[in-house]
Amino acid sequence: MTLKSLLLGATATTCLASAGWAERGADGHVNLIYWQAPSIMNPYLTGGTKEREAASLVLEPLGRYNVAGEMVPFLAEEIPTVENGGVSDDLKSITWKIKPDLTWSDGSPFSANDVKFTAEYCMHPEGGCAQLAKFEGVESVEVVDDLTVTVHFAEPQPNPYGPFMGGQAPIIQAAQFADCLGAKAPECTDANFSPIGTGPFKVDEFRPNDVISLSANPNYRDPAKPRFATMTFKGGGDATAAGRAVLETGEFDYAWNLQLAPDVIANMEAAGKGVALSAFGTLVERIEINLTDPSPDLPEGERATAKHPHPILSDMRVREALSKAIDRELLVEIGYGKAGRATCNLVPAPAAYASDNTDCLEQDVEGAKALLEEAGWTDSNGDGIRDKDGKKLSLLFQTSTNAVRQDFQALIKQWWGEIGVETELRNISASVFFGGDPGSPDTFQKFYADVEMYANNFDGTDPQSYLASRTCNKAPRPESQWQGENINRYCDPAYDELIKELGRTADLGKRGEIAKKLNDMLTKDSYVILGLVDRGRVSARSNTLGGVELNTWDTELWNAADWYRIKE
Amino acid sequence: MLTYTIRRLVLAIPTLLFISLVIFLLLELAPGDPMAEVPLTVPPEVKEKMRLALGLGEPTHIRFFKWMWQFFVIEPMVFADWLFGTDLAGGQQRVLSWQFRSPVMDVVVQRMPQTLWVVAMSYVVGVLIALPIGIYSAYRQYSLFDQAGTFITMVGYSVPPFFSGVLVIVIFSVQLGWLPSIYDTTLVVVDWATFKQQLMQMVMPVMVLALQTTAQISRFMRASMLDNLNQDYVRTARAKGLSEMTVVMVHVLRNSMIPVITVIALGVPQIFGGAIITEQIFKVNGLGQLLITAIQANDLPMVHTVTFMLAVLIVLFNIVADVLYGVLDPRIRYD
Repeated sequence: MTLKSLLLGATATTCLASAGWAERGADGHVNLIYWQAPSIMNPYLTGGTKEREAASLVLEPLGRYNVAGEMVPFLAEEIPTVENGGVSDDLKSITWKIKPDLTWSDGSPFSANDVKFTAEYCMHPEGGCAQLAKFEGVESVEVVDDLTVTVHFAEPQPNPYGPFMGGQAPIIQAAQFADCLGAKAPECTDANFSPIGTGPFKVDEFRPNDVISLSANPNYRDPAKPRFATMTFKGGGDATAAGRAVLETGEFDYAWNLQLAPDVIANMEAAGKGVALSAFGTLVERIEINLTDPSPDLPEGERATAKHPHPILSDMRVREALSKAIDRELLVEIGYGKAGRATCNLVPAPAAYASDNTDCLEQDVEGAKALLEEAGWTDSNGDGIRDKDGKKLSLLFQTSTNAVRQDFQALIKQWWGEIGVETELRNISASVFFGGDPGSPDTFQKFYADVEMYANNFDGTDPQSYLASRTCNKAPRPESQWQGENINRYCDPAYDELIKELGRTADLGKRGEIAKKLNDMLTKDSYVILGLVDRGRVSARSNTLGGVELNTWDTELWNAADWYRIKE
Repeated sequence: MLTYTIRRLVLAIPTLLFISLVIFLLLELAPGDPMAEVPLTVPPEVKEKMRLALGLGEPTHIRFFKWMWQFFVIEPMVFADWLFGTDLAGGQQRVLSWQFRSPVMDVVVQRMPQTLWVVAMSYVVGVLIALPIGIYSAYRQYSLFDQAGTFITMVGYSVPPFFSGVLVIVIFSVQLGWLPSIYDTTLVVVDWATFKQQLMQMVMPVMVLALQTTAQISRFMRASMLDNLNQDYVRTARAKGLSEMTVVMVHVLRNSMIPVITVIALGVPQIFGGAIITEQIFKVNGLGQLLITAIQANDLPMVHTVTFMLAVLIVLFNIVADVLYGVLDPRIRYD
């Protein structure tokens, strides 16, 4: 036996031994930095992502989505499906079996009553629960026995995984929140700041918008986990500073959501203290086209409603030309780098629902010009701007105030200029633009402009409700207080019909086909939505933090129990 | 003097009530929505319910009076309960933040230590550096020291903390690795090791902030000294054969300090406003960061309460400055 093989053998045994000795808390302390600081630990009282992320260390749902977007059981024994009998054949109920012998971090046993209570808590009419949409259609939650709970729906639910799945709908302890139902929910400060959970960590101290101190949950179901004894979850600052703390100075182990210019991240990575991770979800930066006339000459109440079709953009050829003129690859390169992919779709993922629509990726200025000629838009007076019947081809392009979006606006304005379209740019503060105030003329729903750009995504992996928001009756209009997500005012009876069919279909393969068809109807068949960039998430971890799997389908901290310190 | 002080304090009450109303109305009229940060995936009906749960369904004037009641009656009761262990408040609703759903004052109290450590310390350090610089620059006007001092204070005045802060982080944290770039608010000083840690994390934010204070105060000090150095009484003092030290440090300095002290007093409320930019850069998460995040989240009760408390301090320290002026300068008497 040579010295080398001896050494190798010795190393191997040490590795094995250390794996065998792995015990809770063996890896000491871990530091996380979220540049947006969490303000509360109860995901039911805030729609914010940062709070949901922080809460997921403590509170767990019955099942989560993994990195590939597949469902994996957490507190449940298995994911109920029609095949294993967990989902009834009429799709009106789903029965969850809970793992036996689970306990809360305070040592009390976890039971099906806690699950039922969670539903009551969120569905309380006065609670203002932010995750109410997850419980849509739930008629009742029935406790069958201590470890079995059945959710009954009023209508057949082809996707019954809304309640208790994923980071938005975790289980809270009935005993702790019993007096916090409805209007009392906000008054339970202690419970909202330090919820008792089943997750790998428990809250030691919560300082809103500043820092959370956590320690390993002594009653976590896997005695070897979590590997970290304590955790500091620091919030505040900005994305640059967070990236710097992980990638350049190495003070922190994990930084969330680094929305930075691609070259900035590359420079930070060069310091060699950590690596940037990226993963893609369903967030798509897109241009939405207004099919109604936003002209200020129209009376309020009729402006931008279906009563007046858009004088220019009602013609599909113009919409297609606008799409053809854009070089999406260049937009990605400038704006997002590693964190973006060019797309033409509204639903870019998961693979089962993503259409293979890639026609738009090639920029085609000549083709765009030809389309405009065909549509009758010519430059009759030689000023570089096309016109028709004395009307100039001029568009108002609005978006929220954000450096990348303003870069995109400038580029797109230039490309549209090349095909003879005049573009006026406008940007609006995000809190107003997305604020949804029916009294404000500047919201994205009211859409008092010709085209607008923003990003949106859908929760979880099923795009049904996301696609269903484009049916005729979801158009924002005065009667709906300008609420609704069909902001193009797109209205196609065939589309509405197909949405209904999707609602009746449970077979995953068929659902995929229908979803792709719906996506194509909005994108390449009608060009009312021009997908631009499929935006991923970039986070960073230090070189010594192991076990991180960046997940865009659930929270990024979904597997924090498995994180460990890489020994040098 | 006492009657003057009392009169000013009584007059401050309507001023403050008016300020409170103006702040409230400004916030009311400003565009923005507390639900704007909620992702678009949350349906509008749910958002509407969340708005109602925040109390936004009630008319404006009711909300204003509710805030007044909570701030001026319930919060002092809670404070008294905490002080004397009584139970006056009896669980009545306090001013609740929309972001945290917890009492605003609790968070403000939580933020006090780091703000006082960093921002107040920087003010003290800034003043301590500024006074000698100002005195010596004036005494040796147009000397090399004065020129250099003028140059440095001008730089201090004109370089914004978002530049100097990041610059020192890049030098001392990234390149040299001496100091932490992120302030640990959970650190409790119990022994020499933690004291050293506290010192290390305070150095950069304190110096960045102190640079600004130094620049401002040393200019005032210099100007005030120059005014006095040419006065007749200084010549008299020198003619009497007093030492230069006594002339400058006793006669001139005492008279020059009068306007400078009022300037220093007027600057104190700034400490409690926190230093929004510097706090963000070093992640100190004090009152400044609290205010800016509340503004971004449209957390109106929080913004209203914090800005109002600032207004109280500003009004108060204006009175303090006026009274001090009278105390220090025998020529000024209010009665």
